[in-house]
Amino acid sequence: MTTLYEEIRPEPHGGIPVRRVTITVNGEKRVAEVEPRLLLAHLLRQGFKLTGTHTGCDTTNCGACTVLVDGVPAKSCTMLAVQADGHEVMTVEGLASASELHPIQEGFKDEHGLQCGFCTPGMMLTAKALLDENPDPTEDEVRWALSGNLCRCTGYQNIVKSVLWAAAKMRPAAAADQDGS
Amino acid sequence: MYPSRFRYEAPQSLDHAINLLHEGAGEAKVLAGGQSLIPLLKLRFAAPELLVDINNISGLDYHRFEADGTMRVGALCRHAALERSSILASRAPTMAAAAPLIADPIVRNRGTLVGSLCHADPQGDWASVVTALGGHVVALGPDGRRAIPITEFVSGPFQNVLAIDEIAVEAVIPAPKGNAAGGYLKLERRVGDFATVGVAVAIDTSGNQVTRAGIALTGVGGTTIEAAGAGQALVGRPLTADTIERAANLAAEAAKPRTDHRGSAEYKRHIVHTFVTRILNRVTETADKAA
Ligand SMILES: Cc1cc2nc3c(=O)[nH]c(=O)nc-3n(C[C@H](O)[C@H](O)[C@H](O)COP(=O)(O)OP(=O)(O)OC[C@H]3O[C@@H](n4cnc5c(N)ncnc54)[C@H](O)[C@@H]3O)c2cc1C
Ligand code: FES
Ligand code: FES
Repeated sequence: MTTLYEEIRPEPHGGIPVRRVTITVNGEKRVAEVEPRLLLAHLLRQGFKLTGTHTGCDTTNCGACTVLVDGVPAKSCTMLAVQADGHEVMTVEGLASASELHPIQEGFKDEHGLQCGFCTPGMMLTAKALLDENPDPTEDEVRWALSGNLCRCTGYQNIVKSVLWAAAKMRPAAAADQDGS
Repeated sequence: MYPSRFRYEAPQSLDHAINLLHEGAGEAKVLAGGQSLIPLLKLRFAAPELLVDINNISGLDYHRFEADGTMRVGALCRHAALERSSILASRAPTMAAAAPLIADPIVRNRGTLVGSLCHADPQGDWASVVTALGGHVVALGPDGRRAIPITEFVSGPFQNVLAIDEIAVEAVIPAPKGNAAGGYLKLERRVGDFATVGVAVAIDTSGNQVTRAGIALTGVGGTTIEAAGAGQALVGRPLTADTIERAANLAAEAAKPRTDHRGSAEYKRHIVHTFVTRILNRVTETADKAA
């Protein structure tokens, strides 16, 4: 990990110590040694080879790089990997279980919520944070929550439908969970 | 894009953070939400030797009202916490109106109000809001605390008056003199865009008289513009169609807009007038309903 950016452009180290970070990524504890300047997006993609997290604009505008940090959407191109030390990060790879897709993924499939798919990981994670907090959002609430995630293909209609589809699918399960407790 | 190299420290106390800044001797920078600083590092517009990340310091994420009505917003209070705040919605209408209009929802999850004030972007929305409310910033350094009125805190575009070893620990909004009313309106081309025009109006009323008024403008000059004359025109008077029109005219005169890709100077000035009128009309409508 020390050499992540050196692979890109070797530079003398300038005596800056690398730091050991422990991050729970999709439920699994991962340890890495990182330069302080390493961005979380780069640690995930190049370090952990979790390339589901996309970098689009690289200027904090598009939301393609969105991951959940302790359940809250954050743009991973605008966070240092060292800042995730001791925290839980969820990437799109963490949505599906070994045997089945997450309802949000099913929703995007069923309602044609993607075309090129570039924005989709960020969209789905932002949607997950919304549905965790608000299991029965209105269409306006979905649009508001997703307003930091840009899509150049779909025109958003089907993305909104996908999220509402997932919300409906997840609700009975949420209710059953609550009944059971 | 990735930043140039820096050392990184994430102290757990303000004292430690201040020591680090002091030792950094001007080559250190505070990292709060990172939503302005990290983009600048990536573009290499900023290349500090040391980043002092304050996110691990506990007890800075508050926003609360004191018994006397003074409001305090801690250095780690995120835009999103203000957007969701029920006390803000019921007691601080100007701030409650602005919070959802800052950046986009994901940026709001990390960015902070105090960080915005420190960043001193002339296009920043919070500076106008805090100016209209007559607020100040509390700075903590090796020699203790000092309160800096927001109008003195910002010394130019992207510049504030903090010493190299001072941290802005909170923003303070004075207690209203009567009922707090007002709002924030922002014209933006799309979500996440900076303001074409933003107008903050904060007025306190007692009976039907305005006891205090502040009006400040975003995006229509090289800095946040305090339309002091416009506010003054309302004080000691009731809100009527005449006083509202006068304040709106004075605010539009105070604006120094430039024609750019967001719109013509004339258009922006017109929007200032419209927004001041709209916010004050809503205040009178709400007061009428309550009566
Ligand atoms: C896509 C996008 C859109 C945006 N749109 C808007 C918008 O519409 N309106 C708006 O107002 N803002 C907007 N912003 C900026 C956003 O509000 C930032 O959150 C804010 O400007 C900076 O707050 P921060 O906590 O992220 O500070 P940081 O980025 O961490 O820091 C910014 C600067 O302030 C200094 N600093 C921060 N906190 C302190 C402190 N406590 N003491 C001393 N110095 C400190 C830092 O050293 C740095 O120089 C946008 C940002 C992005 C990326
Ligand atoms: S790649 Fe991070 S916001 Fe676009
Ligand atoms: S599906 Fe192509 S950008 Fe959204």
